[in-house]
Amino acid sequence: MISEILQTLPQVLVDGLTLGAIYAVIALGYTMVYGILELINFAHGEIFMTGAFVGVAVLFFMSGAGWLAVMPAILALLIVLVVTSLVTGVLGMGIERVAYRPLRKAPKLITLISAIGVSFLLQDIVRFITEWKRGNYIVTGPQLFDSKIGLDFSSIWSHFNDAILKTSSVILLVSAILMMIGLDFFVNKSKWGMAMRSVAQDRDTAALMGINVNKVISLTFFIGSALGGATGVLFAMQYGTINPYIGFILGLKAFTAAVLGGIGNIRGAMFGGLLLGVLEMFASANLQKLTGGVFTAEYKDVFAFGILIIVLIFKPEGLFGKAVTEKV
Amino acid sequence: MSILELKDIQTYYGGIHALKGISLKVEKGEIVTLIGSNGAGKSTALKTICGQVQPKSGSVLFNGKNISSQPAHVTAKTGIAHVPEGRRIFPRLTVKENLEMGAFAVKDKKAIQDRMEKVFHYFPRVKERLSQKGGTMSGGEQQMLAIGRALMSKPDLLLLDEPSMGLAPVIVEQIFDIITELNKEGMTILLVEQNAFQALQVAHRGYVIQTGEIVMSGQGSDLITNEQVREAYLA
Repeated sequence: MISEILQTLPQVLVDGLTLGAIYAVIALGYTMVYGILELINFAHGEIFMTGAFVGVAVLFFMSGAGWLAVMPAILALLIVLVVTSLVTGVLGMGIERVAYRPLRKAPKLITLISAIGVSFLLQDIVRFITEWKRGNYIVTGPQLFDSKIGLDFSSIWSHFNDAILKTSSVILLVSAILMMIGLDFFVNKSKWGMAMRSVAQDRDTAALMGINVNKVISLTFFIGSALGGATGVLFAMQYGTINPYIGFILGLKAFTAAVLGGIGNIRGAMFGGLLLGVLEMFASANLQKLTGGVFTAEYKDVFAFGILIIVLIFKPEGLFGKAVTEKV
Repeated sequence: MSILELKDIQTYYGGIHALKGISLKVEKGEIVTLIGSNGAGKSTALKTICGQVQPKSGSVLFNGKNISSQPAHVTAKTGIAHVPEGRRIFPRLTVKENLEMGAFAVKDKKAIQDRMEKVFHYFPRVKERLSQKGGTMSGGEQQMLAIGRALMSKPDLLLLDEPSMGLAPVIVEQIFDIITELNKEGMTILLVEQNAFQALQVAHRGYVIQTGEIVMSGQGSDLITNEQVREAYLA
């Protein structure tokens, strides 16, 4: 059994990291908003989904105009990513302005309900528009990359099987890593990133330093939503078919990843996402073997969430949610 | 013209009528102290000045300009720096970042560097801790950092809310020495304190606030010898 698990391990890791990269970037959106407002922005999963649809719409437009045939695929992807990020970034900012800001002094539970409301609203708006435009709310966008790369893991260690990597996975991983590094750099090194951290730690005092807190909150929503939307594009590219309900379960898992890493902690969210992706893929590949056929691959979420619960029992603040000792 | 003037300020704070018609003046170059017991409205008065709390009526004049409905982040950029009660250091920012936050509105990197050197001159301890997280410092160090952070905006008026709170007497001594030194170099200071004795010793003038009203005012040296003040606050 061990040797069977070992054989598939390279493929599990490749697929797990690809899925995990998606979780990780979406988790960033949850963790940033939580860090700054202590709000679980339930609509964030739907921002991701909207991003996937906007991206596919832009691709359809470009393909209809004949641009896809004449430009390199990577350039087309870049255009789609930029347009989608801008659209979802502004969307996220607008949602905060309309649905959360008026409730800022209300109990957190009220804002959470508002977020769930926005979530349903986005699902139905996207479904309505897609059905109206294309006659069906499940769509498959034009594929930019369809080649595959074989990875020769067996030459590293004879117990491994080779793994197959789709070109789109490589692009997804590279894009996700660039987004994460970019965000980490922005938050930790730039002046506005410092403003974001200060608002997250003590909003009133940040205002005393001359920081327009509302502007920083808007910026946070813009960045989180732009990243979420871009991830939607990468998801559509990787898995092909999308529907307006993909945001719910993916959002939930990304949120889980954020909690696993320590909610409010940006690097924690990245790590939590990758870990959850790998765990899920591992379970999906091996659960049947490990349990002698009692549990099949469909129980992968039980396995992944079981691990989450165990981690949280022993480390409720998450893996990276280490609080500094604050003296008074 | 006074650098700061409060005219008949009425403020409600958390459903409580916290300030019931406060009027006071601070002249350029003065240390003025506002003393009173817990819950008298001292902090609310400072919060009203810096814009964290909006008064219901009355006006706050800063260099003659009415700033009473201005939000805190705007007031912060116009020359008033507030060292809040409990210091409110950003716990997970480094000491250096905390100082940089104080000069957030300043674009000139050279000016920021110069001001930081000035802060190190007053508080050498802060320089030793630059890369440490703010939350890991002792109470006294945090108070020094909080004052240093406020100085980074090069304010015309410094508001200090209970700088002695929770600190050992020897540290309180040091903090008050710095306050006097800052004032000698021209800083105008409005100081809120429960530690009335210390405050009146360094202040030119003082106001005594009781349940949202000013009940007495005068020279610091007069208030310190006043029978009523002694009985209520210095006993």
